[in-house]
Amino acid sequence: MTIAEERKKVDHVDNDQKPLGHGRMLRKEDPRFVRGLGRYCDDVQLTGMLHLAILRSPVAHARIVSIDTSAAEAHPKVKAVVTGAALAELGLAWMPTLSNDVQAVLATDKVRFQGQEVAFVVAEDRYAARDALELIDVEYDVLPPVIDVRKALAADAPVIRDDLEGKIDNHCFDWEAGDEAATAAVFERADVVVTEDIVYPRVHPAPMETCGAVADFDRVEGRLTLYSTSQAPHAHRTLYAIVAGLPEHKIRVISPDIGGGFGNKVPIYPGYVCAIVGSIVTNKPVKWMEDRTENLISTGFARDYVMRGEIAATRDGKILAVRTNVLADHGAFNGTAAPVKYPAGFFGVFTGSYDLEAAHAKMTAVYTNKAPGGVAYACSFRITEAVYLVERLVDCLAYDLDMDPVELRMKNFIRPEQFPYTTKTGWVYDSGEYATAMNKALELAGYEELRREQAERRARGELMGIGVAFFTEAVGAGPRKDMDILGLGMADGCELRVHPTGKAVVRLSVQSQGQGHETTFAQIVAEEIGIPPEDIDVVHGDTDNTPFGLGTYGSRSTPVSGAAAALVARKVRDKARIIASGMLEVSVADLEWQKGAFQVKGDPGRSVTIQQIAMRAHGAGDLPDGIEGGLEAQICYNPSNLTYPFGAYICVVDVDPGTAQVKVRRFIAVDDCGTRINPMIIEGQIHGGLTDGVGMALMEMISFDEDGNCLSGSLMDYLIPTALEVPDWETGFTVTPSPHHPIGAKGVGESATVGSPPAIVNAVVDALKPFGIRHADMPLTPSRVWDAMQGHPLPPI
Amino acid sequence: MQVPAPFEYERATSVDHAIGLLERLGGEARLVAGGHSLLPMMKLRLTDLEYLIDINDLHAELGYVRMGTDEVRIGAMTRHRELLESPELAALFPIFADAERVIADPVVRNRGTIGGSLCQADPSEDLSAVCTTLNAHCVVRGSTGERVVSMEDFYRGPYETAVEQGEMLTEIRIAVRPNGSSAYAKVERRAGDWAVTSAGAAVWMDGPVITDARVGLAAVGPNTTGIPEISEALRGQEPTDALYARAGAIAAASCTPTTDNRGTADYKRHLANELTQRTLRRAVDRVQAGVRGDIGRDE
Repeated sequence: MTIAEERKKVDHVDNDQKPLGHGRMLRKEDPRFVRGLGRYCDDVQLTGMLHLAILRSPVAHARIVSIDTSAAEAHPKVKAVVTGAALAELGLAWMPTLSNDVQAVLATDKVRFQGQEVAFVVAEDRYAARDALELIDVEYDVLPPVIDVRKALAADAPVIRDDLEGKIDNHCFDWEAGDEAATAAVFERADVVVTEDIVYPRVHPAPMETCGAVADFDRVEGRLTLYSTSQAPHAHRTLYAIVAGLPEHKIRVISPDIGGGFGNKVPIYPGYVCAIVGSIVTNKPVKWMEDRTENLISTGFARDYVMRGEIAATRDGKILAVRTNVLADHGAFNGTAAPVKYPAGFFGVFTGSYDLEAAHAKMTAVYTNKAPGGVAYACSFRITEAVYLVERLVDCLAYDLDMDPVELRMKNFIRPEQFPYTTKTGWVYDSGEYATAMNKALELAGYEELRREQAERRARGELMGIGVAFFTEAVGAGPRKDMDILGLGMADGCELRVHPTGKAVVRLSVQSQGQGHETTFAQIVAEEIGIPPEDIDVVHGDTDNTPFGLGTYGSRSTPVSGAAAALVARKVRDKARIIASGMLEVSVADLEWQKGAFQVKGDPGRSVTIQQIAMRAHGAGDLPDGIEGGLEAQICYNPSNLTYPFGAYICVVDVDPGTAQVKVRRFIAVDDCGTRINPMIIEGQIHGGLTDGVGMALMEMISFDEDGNCLSGSLMDYLIPTALEVPDWETGFTVTPSPHHPIGAKGVGESATVGSPPAIVNAVVDALKPFGIRHADMPLTPSRVWDAMQGHPLPPI
Repeated sequence: MQVPAPFEYERATSVDHAIGLLERLGGEARLVAGGHSLLPMMKLRLTDLEYLIDINDLHAELGYVRMGTDEVRIGAMTRHRELLESPELAALFPIFADAERVIADPVVRNRGTIGGSLCQADPSEDLSAVCTTLNAHCVVRGSTGERVVSMEDFYRGPYETAVEQGEMLTEIRIAVRPNGSSAYAKVERRAGDWAVTSAGAAVWMDGPVITDARVGLAAVGPNTTGIPEISEALRGQEPTDALYARAGAIAAASCTPTTDNRGTADYKRHLANELTQRTLRRAVDRVQAGVRGDIGRDE
């Protein structure tokens, strides 16, 4: 069969199958979404609800001299005006970040970035609340800002965090991985060393739904109900208990339908706390929904790494070592969301998919007068930066060695028999068949033919580029022995109840922001207990109705919660087996499981279905000795390791020699996420992530002027790609199960976001080879590509 | 959600009614046509108006493309989509279809109008460059009557036009000259974005010789003259690569781009050159093919 025929077959797969477990099926949640009947935070309407708006700093760095709220308070529709000073009296002016730093809820002493929260108004409607903001008079004593990350540690740089005791500079933290001396020794004896300065600019997840909350504090019961745009409702509840001093059992956090997260909705934002305070002081439910500008200029950004990368190899292309020195811009507060022992996230996997002799990474993180954040935009805890760095370095090496980038990668892949493979920075990769995935991608792409075409076009003066990237991710944080966020272990609970009629409800600690959990998790359970997915309800996003767990980010839902769902279903099945043995009057050992029923071995006529067992479990008949009624179980799953999905991506671009515009002509993505639960959902995740990659590679960047004004505060200024910028995605897959995951699955939600930017940049740089270009930084806008063609590719910051 | 400051709202039922309202309400009143520039500015609180006069009910009166023998008249309320889909306009002035295809997106084009586009006077706006290229004239009406102004006089600077208080733009007129055609090209960072730079070109020919030509640029500084130096350089010449290159060089020299997030001044100047050459070439190809509209499109 030709590739075209094979693709045609894939394109025409029936997506509306009814698998009794894993398989392609339409998403259960889509009927409400496609009809516009999803219920998002802003759809929540409570009796007597008021509206909150936040006054934000117009400048990047200034001392607050005075705030006059009298005119705002006199507005007839205003119910409350609250400043940092008022919060300070309640002990709520500052809150902990997820990285053991503190962040101002409302500024008391200084403002530290443009868009920082200064005061809030609660009013009868959102128009009045917004109008009243203009009546608040704040006097600022403007200070020089720190905007250029490279100058943040200069001796004369203004100190941003003078709120921290004894702080005399803008140093945030240092971090190191690997063996510096051993790596230096390898570099010393290498035939070839390639050094490149590589910037991953600041980008923003820009979810379609901005952040917001509805807080409803019941004074009589002392009970807080908070609807919020949270990817981690349980973790948020615990933090509110710690920050606000409210008893945890009196707090209910509800994450309703979420319109995209991408990490943007992991942190607790000052706005959520303001909404809670607003409800407490007005004794009414209070809604806060930020607008697009607020979302772009103040909430969790991503990346912002200035990296010097070095790669050492033999003359014939055996890669020996990589090392890097990173300057990380963390903004005004360290708001990175990452496990405590991993201040640089999982950047340590910058060794990539290659068998190396040594590696070393050194990082300095600094404060600047910009919004806080860092881990967001489907980055798998900084793996995006790591993969981009190593995949660019490998291409730079291929350029210098004049070697095909595929051949160079093939020569250096970790081989299947080397798994589990411990990298030089200490990560234990669980399983991989890298060459198989790469070969599949080459075949789908028709790689040799593409190279022939490229040679012909180059001869005619046309600029065609072919980019290759291979990534390995580390997802599914994580083992509680060394991963926690603010002391909370990264395990996830799951509860499964089978009702008497054989329908079931599974309750999860993770929350979907569009990933399709209501379908995937029903399928995981269905696969284990043989109840059809449509008969299994998935409950999530409500702390009162779900077991504790740390939430959805870093592609952790399937690796952690997915394992919990499979194991809890097996626990229920084990009990069902005992009940079945009673019903069939045989010993447990004489039963065999046929998906959906237990049957007596060798006697297919004698069997009971899971539905019959459920009725017996809840019914009046006898149960085997020692067996309680009911058919349900609960579990808390602590992963023994992360899972390591991987993939081979090939991108084909055409660059207009006259205008320097880049057109992504083709993109071939072969992903391996182990066992595939719902291939259609996986493909959807891949399509979305690849589109993200086009955005980051070609157009997205949060930029600032020298005064610290954010220049990307609207979707007219901060561009995200449309269908017109992306090709018809060509996806393929291989399956290498995770050996330690109960069903062999690995996370996949961020694979494409991680893997696609280097493939696209590698393709554009390849197209520019006739100009002698080895590297050009993202975003590769027409203007920046043209700069590269003139021989001066410039860093974006 | 971004919400605007309070304002009063009234729907005009006729052009005279709208002009009467403008006179009565004074400088704090604004007309809203398609609203795709004004409403975002209101929501971002970048404009402080007290009265909004909605003229969408005037579409019946001012939404038209009328083909005369020596002049085409386009009503100010004609929507982008109507310009894009007009076969007569595409046949006579293919530059409109070229430009409309790259203006914003279908949602905006369904609502936005040519009058609103010209009155917004955004230096990056495409239809201003199209009208400049075609040497269009604007009909401005007030309570005392109409006046007709050239694009050069209409455009007074960024976001500033010759439309005075109590007046409104009602019509755009474009002279029809024989043996001519036109083209438009735009470089944008992403579909629907404002131009990094764009160029329109119109040429008129007598046999193999160019009798007249005009070029209009967008997003590279004020430019509503049609670039007379290009017209002079091309008149009486037969089109050659060298001639296009010369026109491109003049375009680059006669614009004043600035560096911003869309690109550097140098790059924009380069594009003024490149796109001037491309659009002139395409316009000439169209004239020579004898088909004004349907050849030489991108893709």
